[in-house]
Amino acid sequence: MGNFMNLFIALIIAAITYGTPLLFGTLGETLTEKSGNLNLGVEGIMFMGGALGLGGVFYYEKAAGAGANGLVAVVIGVLCAFLAGVLASLIFSFLTITLRANQNVTGLALSIFGTGVGQFAGEYMRVRENGYISIGNHLKTFFQNSPFPDVLQKIPVVGGVLFGNSVFFYLGLMLAAGMFFFLNRTRTGLYLRSVGESPATADAAGIAVERYKYLATVIGGGISAVGGMVYIMTIAGCVWNHEGLSGVGWLAVALVIFCMWRPLSAIWGSVLFGALMILYLRLVLPFIPTQIYKILPYVVTVVVLIVSSMRNNKEKQPPASLGLAYFREDR
Amino acid sequence: MENTVCAIELRGITKRFGEVVANDGIDLKLNWGEILSLLGENGSGKTTLMNMLSGIYFPDEGQIYVGGQPVSIRSPRDAFANGIGMIHQHYKLVDVFTAAENIVLGLEEPGRLDFRAAGERVRGICERYGFDIDPDQKIYDMSVSQKQTVEIVKVLYRGADILILDEPTAVLTPQETDKLFDVLQAMKADGKAIVIITHKLHEVMALSDKVAVLRKGKYIGTVNTAETTPQALTDMMVGHTVTLNIDRPRYEKPVKRLEIQNLTVLDGEGIKRLDGVSFTALGGEILGVAGIAGSGQKELLEAISGLCPVGEGEILYTPDGQEPSNLVGKTPMQIRKAGVAMAFVPEDRLGMGLVGSMGMTGNMMLRSWKKGKGVFVNRKDPNALAMQIWKDLEVVTPDTEFPVRRMSGGNVQKVLVGREIASAPSVLMTAYAVRGLDINTSYTIYNLLTEQKMKGVAVLYVGEDLDVLLELCDRILVLCGGRVSGVVDARKATKDQIGLLMTRLDGKEGRS
Repeated sequence: MGNFMNLFIALIIAAITYGTPLLFGTLGETLTEKSGNLNLGVEGIMFMGGALGLGGVFYYEKAAGAGANGLVAVVIGVLCAFLAGVLASLIFSFLTITLRANQNVTGLALSIFGTGVGQFAGEYMRVRENGYISIGNHLKTFFQNSPFPDVLQKIPVVGGVLFGNSVFFYLGLMLAAGMFFFLNRTRTGLYLRSVGESPATADAAGIAVERYKYLATVIGGGISAVGGMVYIMTIAGCVWNHEGLSGVGWLAVALVIFCMWRPLSAIWGSVLFGALMILYLRLVLPFIPTQIYKILPYVVTVVVLIVSSMRNNKEKQPPASLGLAYFREDR
Repeated sequence: MENTVCAIELRGITKRFGEVVANDGIDLKLNWGEILSLLGENGSGKTTLMNMLSGIYFPDEGQIYVGGQPVSIRSPRDAFANGIGMIHQHYKLVDVFTAAENIVLGLEEPGRLDFRAAGERVRGICERYGFDIDPDQKIYDMSVSQKQTVEIVKVLYRGADILILDEPTAVLTPQETDKLFDVLQAMKADGKAIVIITHKLHEVMALSDKVAVLRKGKYIGTVNTAETTPQALTDMMVGHTVTLNIDRPRYEKPVKRLEIQNLTVLDGEGIKRLDGVSFTALGGEILGVAGIAGSGQKELLEAISGLCPVGEGEILYTPDGQEPSNLVGKTPMQIRKAGVAMAFVPEDRLGMGLVGSMGMTGNMMLRSWKKGKGVFVNRKDPNALAMQIWKDLEVVTPDTEFPVRRMSGGNVQKVLVGREIASAPSVLMTAYAVRGLDINTSYTIYNLLTEQKMKGVAVLYVGEDLDVLLELCDRILVLCGGRVSGVVDARKATKDQIGLLMTRLDGKEGRS
């Protein structure tokens, strides 16, 4: 029984590790979608965030040498990834908000574009640096180890789950709570939601619809991109490889729907999806191919969509104008 | 002195949409403590003009003065800053927000978002003018009239002194309309300036101090309500006298066309929308259907055309010289083929029946796509039909490929009704066929329906305006709470009689 318990706890901790990039991706996309912009380019954005975040930390370490500060490295990683996301979603915003291009098409294009840019940047750095890009062990610990003292982590049963995760998980928790507060308790959050629900209403109320859409999309893109960096730095082991982080961005898009556009639900949602992502490693059943496991997150999303649309709850719906361009003089 | 009494003045306002001139050099003046009715046919530019005051559009030429000062209104925010608030025809409310959340939307107030304080202020405004809304109620739980109240409170909350209401009574019951007018009078007494856009002449006469008339984007003139008559206003509006009598010939030998027996329809939640409805519709007769909105009119038409499942009862349809057959259980396509056509004009004109992004020809094809050889559709005939409707009904559109979505409401309706009539049905059902249409177009539609009647078609006309029902129809079926409360002869019945039937069933109060 104790053995089973240990396995279970190990599964949760691994799920949190895999869920943390998803948490950032989902929170960013939730913010974007609250403004009525459906940015399907999350995959590309996270790719760019991963490549540029890794690049930033790598070159910082190279420049600073042995005196590299772990905290600075983390900040640089986050900033580089965030900037990459900002750039990528600026393209999306310009095309869909200013030029009113179709959001689905633009998002898919951005996915392909971002994946390409990320791959190119990663490979380019790898070739230039003699075929191998990796962060030193000293800095690695700052990205991968828990920020809490050993005493807390050694608490039986709950210690590992509560205090044993990377610093990004705790940042993600704070971000989720902050976003919940922002969306539901502040004036700006209320206005942002109104833009996503009914831009015509927001416009008639004197809210600068375009500015809200731009800011939410760009900041949301930045947050999603940090998720990509987190993936490379924690799960992929601070190394660039061809695989990149294929599929995590799409999972984040699915997770936004799964969580019904609520930041707090994104916390347990991403841990659940993280568990589903690694279930094939931990729970091996005979005659079931790993591909079956890998589709589980999507199956769960489809089930949630079906159940929620059958219940027809007015509150648990996507922002009403999600995916639609807004033009004031249109009728 | 003039500066202190003049609330708004417009001088030479012009607005163009592409080649269409929506407003052409409009001059208008409104004083504090006055109610001005803005009258005009469909597409005469009333809403466009008011949208320029509320900052939705920006005028191409001309100057707006507020309180005597020239102002530039570039956005809704500018409009609020100048004390102008508009209640749009289609309410601008966020469904999933509460009333209070909607009211504080977009306000630049210092400090934290405090819904308790906002709620108090909302209650204060409600008490002052006699509104009845709960600040914490969600919009999707509200009735149409409550939503309108939220819109008005929203504008007052912003401290607007100049209120613009775009067709506020179009979706209200007579009682709600009376209540709204009381509120508007109270605001007028409070010194506010009010502009109301409407089609309904009796409302203009009852409510306003002055009437400004627009015709085809041009300003015709302003008159004092006390010194004018509905006839004179109609003349100003349409430019020539419109006969107020609808031609109503008698068809010689009406035949039984549609017999409804004990029809019961349940909605998704198991509530009876129609309850034991029985009546007969005759070929060569216009059967009016009267009732308060939501009494089962929509369900009745949908049940007959096969769009909505029938719980109980029979719909017996007798084509010319054939045996009657039961329509219950048949698909909409089969029913349509049998010759039962429906021109349903819902509140949202584009919601049902037309595809907004397609032109007239494309929309005509929605009825004929099964014709034509092989995999190709026949475009020639639909195009000819579109051209004919364009000419006959005077649809204002650059060509037959122009997206229907971008036409004005009245023109959209003409396309819809024109298409249904063109399919030469033997039962024609229309709902709110003239809703939002101007007088001239309404008469075109009435004449089209009468023409169909004289061809032996059984016409079902669901309408709101009792005057029209009494003048157009041969018999009137009155629905109340999903049940038939009476069938009267339209030539003999009075308005009071029908009004009573609409609200009372078997001597008891109606259910809704």
